[in-house]
Amino acid sequence: MPGAIQIAAGVRNGSLKAIDVVEQHLAAIREREPEIHAFNLVLADEARTSAEAIDAAVAAGDDPGPLAGVPIALKDNMCTRGIPTTCSSRILDGWKPPYDATVVTKLAAAGAVVMGKTNLDEFAMGSSTENSAFGPTRNPHDTSRVPGGSSGGSAAAVAAGFASVGLGSDTGGSIRQPAALCGVVGVKPTYGYVSRYGLVAFASSLDQIGPFANTVADAALLLDTIGGHDPMDSTSIPVQHPSLAEAIEQGVEGLRVGRITDLPEGADADVNERVEVAFDALRAAGATIVDVQVPAFTFGLTAYYLIAPAEASSNLARYDGVRYGMRVEAADTNAMYGVTRAAGFGDEVKRRIMLGTYALSAGYYDAYYGKALKVRRLIHDEFERAYRTADVLLTPASPSVAFPFGSKGDNPLAMYLCDVYTIPANLSGHPGMSVPFGTGAHDLPVGVQVLAGTLCEPQMFRAAAALERAAST
Amino acid sequence: MSERISAEAVTKVARLARLDLTAEEIERTTSQLAGMLEHFADIDALDLGDVEPMAQPYPLVNVFREDVIVPGLDRDEVLAAAPEAEHGRFRVPPIIGLDV
Amino acid sequence: MSARDGLPGDWQLVVGLEVHVELATVTKLFSGSPNRFGDEPNTNIDPVTLGLPGALPVLNRQAVELAMRIGLALNCSIRPCTFHRKNYFYPDMPKAYQISQYDQPLNVDGYLALPDGTRIGVERAHLEEDTGKSTHFGGTGGRIHGSDYSLIDFNRAGVPLVEIVSRPDIRTAEQARQYVTELRAILLAVEASDAKMEEGSMRVDANVSVHKPGTELGTRCEIKNVNSVRSIGRAIEYEARRQIDLLEGGDRVRQETRHWDETDGRTHTLRSKEDADDYRYFLEPDLVPLAPSQQWISAVRAALPMLPGARRARLAQATGVAPDSEAAMVVVDRGQDDFVLAVGTAGGDVARALVHVKEAWADSPSVPAADLARLTTMEVSGKLTATQAKAVVAELIANGGGDAAAIAEAKGFEAMAADDLGTYVDQAITENAEAWAKFCAGEGKALGALVGAVMKLSRGKADGKSATALLQARRDEG
Repeated sequence: MPGAIQIAAGVRNGSLKAIDVVEQHLAAIREREPEIHAFNLVLADEARTSAEAIDAAVAAGDDPGPLAGVPIALKDNMCTRGIPTTCSSRILDGWKPPYDATVVTKLAAAGAVVMGKTNLDEFAMGSSTENSAFGPTRNPHDTSRVPGGSSGGSAAAVAAGFASVGLGSDTGGSIRQPAALCGVVGVKPTYGYVSRYGLVAFASSLDQIGPFANTVADAALLLDTIGGHDPMDSTSIPVQHPSLAEAIEQGVEGLRVGRITDLPEGADADVNERVEVAFDALRAAGATIVDVQVPAFTFGLTAYYLIAPAEASSNLARYDGVRYGMRVEAADTNAMYGVTRAAGFGDEVKRRIMLGTYALSAGYYDAYYGKALKVRRLIHDEFERAYRTADVLLTPASPSVAFPFGSKGDNPLAMYLCDVYTIPANLSGHPGMSVPFGTGAHDLPVGVQVLAGTLCEPQMFRAAAALERAAST
Repeated sequence: MSERISAEAVTKVARLARLDLTAEEIERTTSQLAGMLEHFADIDALDLGDVEPMAQPYPLVNVFREDVIVPGLDRDEVLAAAPEAEHGRFRVPPIIGLDV
Repeated sequence: MSARDGLPGDWQLVVGLEVHVELATVTKLFSGSPNRFGDEPNTNIDPVTLGLPGALPVLNRQAVELAMRIGLALNCSIRPCTFHRKNYFYPDMPKAYQISQYDQPLNVDGYLALPDGTRIGVERAHLEEDTGKSTHFGGTGGRIHGSDYSLIDFNRAGVPLVEIVSRPDIRTAEQARQYVTELRAILLAVEASDAKMEEGSMRVDANVSVHKPGTELGTRCEIKNVNSVRSIGRAIEYEARRQIDLLEGGDRVRQETRHWDETDGRTHTLRSKEDADDYRYFLEPDLVPLAPSQQWISAVRAALPMLPGARRARLAQATGVAPDSEAAMVVVDRGQDDFVLAVGTAGGDVARALVHVKEAWADSPSVPAADLARLTTMEVSGKLTATQAKAVVAELIANGGGDAAAIAEAKGFEAMAADDLGTYVDQAITENAEAWAKFCAGEGKALGALVGAVMKLSRGKADGKSATALLQARRDEG
């Protein structure tokens, strides 16, 4: 199937019908979705209706926009007016937001066609989609294995050809890790690059929306469309972002690519091997390789698992059975809170609410949350120092290729370690992306993570495009 | 397993978080949180004395909206999504033990 | 009320007040829904107000400006500040956290000067959002306890509030009343709030404790639901006596939140602070720090109107009354002080103008200042008595102004020579020998009959004060 750029170009010049593109993707969904379960909800009728409207606009001489007719999969934690938005949680089952997220408004204005709402770990808490209240998503490359998470549904939808591109949210690696495991491109932009308005919050100071795509160029096109300042999000950066679609036209000649010499160990040998090949490929393409140190990298996991649950415990307190979503009746309101929340949230969400509440509670704040904020600063400052000598850094996106369902057992920490390489960029706010770069064990995809400095998306995309070119030769 | 957190503390936290956990869940959560806190003790080795806490990644300041009315939500649409509503308002069971 | 506020023994009252005021913005603190009292329930709502998933707050610039006006009017320093989340569950709190300011508030370290000049410290005045409103049904009629269910209206949720926290500098119930009255006058003057206690746009909580001077402060109780200036004094007095009774009975005061019940005139336990919620404050990640520039602060300061205290001082300076005299308080409160001073500018006597304005008008004076000026000039030059002047004022009001001299002439008022007064006084003494004897014997009450006789003899033309003075002089001459 053609990529997003080809679809949009074809639809805009009339050589391709948006409705045909949608039907092709719906056919793929009919064929494999029962097995994959990428979606919580497929919006077949709505997709056809918008495709027809786009075709009509083109016929009338109007330009539907830069994503004209491009089928997109939306993670089910982005608000869509009148369309259920569940976060894969029982507590929001059936809730229809009365408003659209800013990204949804921007996609519609750009002519994109939403194919459905994709599965995720409940409230984006997890690395496998096993924590979804509606059952897991399967990896299109091997259905006995996880697609990664939490944006596993969007990653799988793009990998399986259910949509041309997708949107996910990344709080600790939730775009990059599933992108790596599903063999697609996944981008977490600089914090503040994309509006969070209408993204159901997990951890507000870490959450960032970003694209999934089959190519770096498609990801650039999508990020160019959804990025930019939004007055509805106070943390949105008020600058005009340079075109990434144009940036990737440049090569990596002279780009300084950093190797973190004190990177925490723990990645599988097959993954490490691909990262080494990636360094070689960029060197061969004209980049310089430099060594940098980020000694606090290894403490990212601890800082993250104190900060993210703390914010989550507050963000998820609003699910109280009063205004929307589920309620379990009880004799009084206080009792109703307790039984509603116990029934509505799954185990992992409860665990993080407990951890976060504890980390913020009187007597423990300084020892846990307060200390984690200092570690966050340390990590941020060390990265800033590293970016003085390197334009981008390369690491594994995930310590391993896609793993079988249930293989992390009952120990939550084992699952948390999946995010060890992706978490630091969320803490520091810097951008990062995963680029498919060959295969590892079991012939499964390996993703290489490209990290860059604040608002240095152009350099990051240049390196990613060079890796993509090297991987295809 | 360490004694980093007690079942009593976990019970208190569950009450604060309004999560009715069963005795079995309290026990399991206590052991899981203890395991995590044990792991998270790695940062105790860091010298963080002079480090400024960092709550947000990007240093913005003074972000405002103007004092202008923006169309809001339709009451009927919103109340239709509520678990229980009456006379244009959200209905809840008696409020006790919650006085503030 | 005595200096010790009527407390028995040598107990000393210590009070700090926390006053919440709703700001007079057009929209809410963090969203564009109207900030309007009295609308149909749940009509001023939006995703932010309801705490819908994905909604994000954006700070209202005008709310910050009004909060700065309050801070500057209360002599506070304006500081770079941040917003925190105060986490607790309550059905009228949509997000289950309130966005408030915690360890870095906007306004700090100010004071409010009571009319007599006593300064009450203001620890802070910070921005926060209001909650929705719960109404309780069933059970014993409107009371939260024993109700069958409650209904929630979120129109008020997200309305901007400034919480003004005084230092525990208040020592009498009367001072607490004065503090609230003065604060309200300041808020109205700077147009930051309509400050209506009965509509809840100004809400007062009192932290009350008692101790003996020289000993450490007592355990305090927080009194809520004080809905009028009158009940502030009553609630504090009741609470102080309750605490003293406990202590004198060998008991202790438990730290708790108590609810003032206007109908039975008592405070009741609402909840014990010992099992208080753990609010888990942390920096609100959805908002960025607020740091008003010096330029902005200066502009807000420059635009502040003259405050009630300064206006009373100005009026006192001009008229010779005390700044906390009833006349100064009342006339400034009614906004009539500019008119009184205008009478002076027009060549009149401001002291007499102050008396007339206070007596004759409940609001804005309805005659030209120059007309009243002429009247006061006649008065001070002895051409009119106070009683006659009052009659002329009534005529001026009836005609919307006019020439005081012409009115006086038409009414037959004419200057009464001092000799005439002496004649009337002597005649009154002669005709009222019994009253005169009693007056000379020191019975003050007898004076009334004598003055009355003088007035009668002069057919109202005599000035009561002059007559009194002359009667006293005659008595002292023996």
